[in-house]
Amino acid sequence: MFSRDRWNEILEALTSNMFRTILTAFGVFWGIFILIVLLAAGKGLENGVKLDFSGRATNTMNMWAQTISKPYKGLPKGRRFTYKIDDVAAIKDKVPNLKIVSPRNQLGGWGGANNVVRGLKTGAYNVYGDYPEVIQQQPMDITQGRFINYNDINEKRKVAVIGLSVAKELYDNGEEILGSYVKISGVNFSVIGVYKTKQTGGDAEEGQKQIFVPFTAFSQAFNRGDRVGWMMITAEDNVPITGLKEQIFDVVRQRHTIHPDDKRAIGHWDVYEEYSKIEGLFTALRLVAYVVGILVLLSGIIGISNIMLIVVKERTKEIGIRRALGASPWSIRGQILLESIFLTILSGMVGIIFGSLTIYGLNALLDANGPVDMFANPSVDLTVILIALTILIISGLLAGFIPAQNAIRVKPVDALRTE
Amino acid sequence: MIQIKDLHKSYHMGSNSLHVLKGINFDVKEGELVSIMGSSGSGKSTLLNILGMLDEADQGQYILDNVPIKNLNEKIAAKYRNEFLGFIFQSFNLINYKSALDNVAMPLYYKGVKRKERNDTAMHYLEKVGLADWSHHLPSELSGGQKQRVAIARALASDPKVLMADEPTGALDTKTSYEVMELIQGINDEGKTILVVTHEHDIAQMTKRIVNLKDGLIIDDKKVQQVRASEYV
Repeated sequence: MFSRDRWNEILEALTSNMFRTILTAFGVFWGIFILIVLLAAGKGLENGVKLDFSGRATNTMNMWAQTISKPYKGLPKGRRFTYKIDDVAAIKDKVPNLKIVSPRNQLGGWGGANNVVRGLKTGAYNVYGDYPEVIQQQPMDITQGRFINYNDINEKRKVAVIGLSVAKELYDNGEEILGSYVKISGVNFSVIGVYKTKQTGGDAEEGQKQIFVPFTAFSQAFNRGDRVGWMMITAEDNVPITGLKEQIFDVVRQRHTIHPDDKRAIGHWDVYEEYSKIEGLFTALRLVAYVVGILVLLSGIIGISNIMLIVVKERTKEIGIRRALGASPWSIRGQILLESIFLTILSGMVGIIFGSLTIYGLNALLDANGPVDMFANPSVDLTVILIALTILIISGLLAGFIPAQNAIRVKPVDALRTE
Repeated sequence: MIQIKDLHKSYHMGSNSLHVLKGINFDVKEGELVSIMGSSGSGKSTLLNILGMLDEADQGQYILDNVPIKNLNEKIAAKYRNEFLGFIFQSFNLINYKSALDNVAMPLYYKGVKRKERNDTAMHYLEKVGLADWSHHLPSELSGGQKQRVAIARALASDPKVLMADEPTGALDTKTSYEVMELIQGINDEGKTILVVTHEHDIAQMTKRIVNLKDGLIIDDKKVQQVRASEYV
């Protein structure tokens, strides 16, 4: 089947009318090129958007307290409630498959007044009271020192981990940061670490204007007692938090005497759900890329099929001669099919190569000009290439099928008579 | 070698039906050199096509080398053509983008002979027809007589039982025609069975037996005193 003679024949047949072959091949080339570039562009957009989630635990939910909207057990509506530190243990205890439940407290906030002082410098930053696990939910790179640990929690040490932007604003260049003190809302905290966020763009600047202190020290220093501002809950990797959150709410409702049907009492932000929506969006985008690419490819394939029909017509007599000499129908059919597949794959390969070069160029351009919002590292992986090749082989077969059938439909005697 | 009994063939063109062969009975023994003569429309080419398995008879019996030829599918027909038959055509029917050698080697390719052996055999037959020096030329670089000799080499390449020549000299001038006939006679002298369709009397006289066809029937079948083509050349 794949003898040298066969390949010689294919090459002879395809090179006998070079210009026509190239024009025909262009259709398939273009189809595959569009497919690759579209998929890469979709991937670039996906990468860009996912950078915003980068490193963050996506199977996570933030949960805070709101106003109770239903009277229950003789208690009126319109009450407010606050989470207690005991709630954390209760949730962990009663709801399975939770990986991390972080109670959090917060000072400051967007547009807040200056709350941090160091010497003559002041700044407005978010200050969080946190447990050590929060670094797994909201990853950051520690550039100096360390993050909060359990000794800090247990001993209620007044220590702080500050963001890179905080360090830049409160410290002079080259000044020793670790071991120095910053005054947060009038309480001195010793700086034990500096972090850098994994986010990019505008979010990064904001993400680094934060200070983390041990939860217990925060509670003590700022009179929170056993109250918890909000919680950040992450489930085990293979259990979506979206499916667990009702159980969590039930625990909270029970402990705080809230009506079981009160939907408004507990506010939450389900990162997993949002992430899934985005995932869905990109799946749809990929689908569109495939559909468009394959449709363009289809016109190319029809072109190949068309030209193979003409080739078969032109070579009717030759095919007649070959059959008179003993060529079996399958050898003729195989010849036409192979020609068609070969032409399809060859032009498809060129399309893949040009598509890859385009992506390479785009990446080089992005690298040279710095990051762009919502677009990063457009690329296609090997799977896409393999899928494209499979599509090519199948389409080559399809393109050659009708012409091959035509080639052997004519009786040898009639084929020999044609001029 | 060839036995046919009561062979019928009609062509249908729209509502018209043309009865071309109306019951042909005819035997050819091994080593014979037979010419089939007749005016155009007599059915001689149709007969040859059926004998060559390029076309199928509607009715009748055809036995080739003790193998009954009937109800062939294309695959088996192709195999038989390859093994039993060699074709020589009026218009040579060489494949014009292949060299003389490749043309001659083609039946062997379809027979499944390995490349090296194929080329050796093809070269041997090209030598036999005196064209060894032209083996790598394309058909377009050869004269008519040379093309026909390449075609004869090709017909011989797979060592078939019977050679079928359809007007082998129809496109050649007299001198070249005689050269080709001399070659065909030589091959026949070596024992090969050959059928020649022609409408030229001088060519027919160079065979050993003349079968005359008219309106789809054999009207005359006689042995003749063979005229050697070499006398003319």
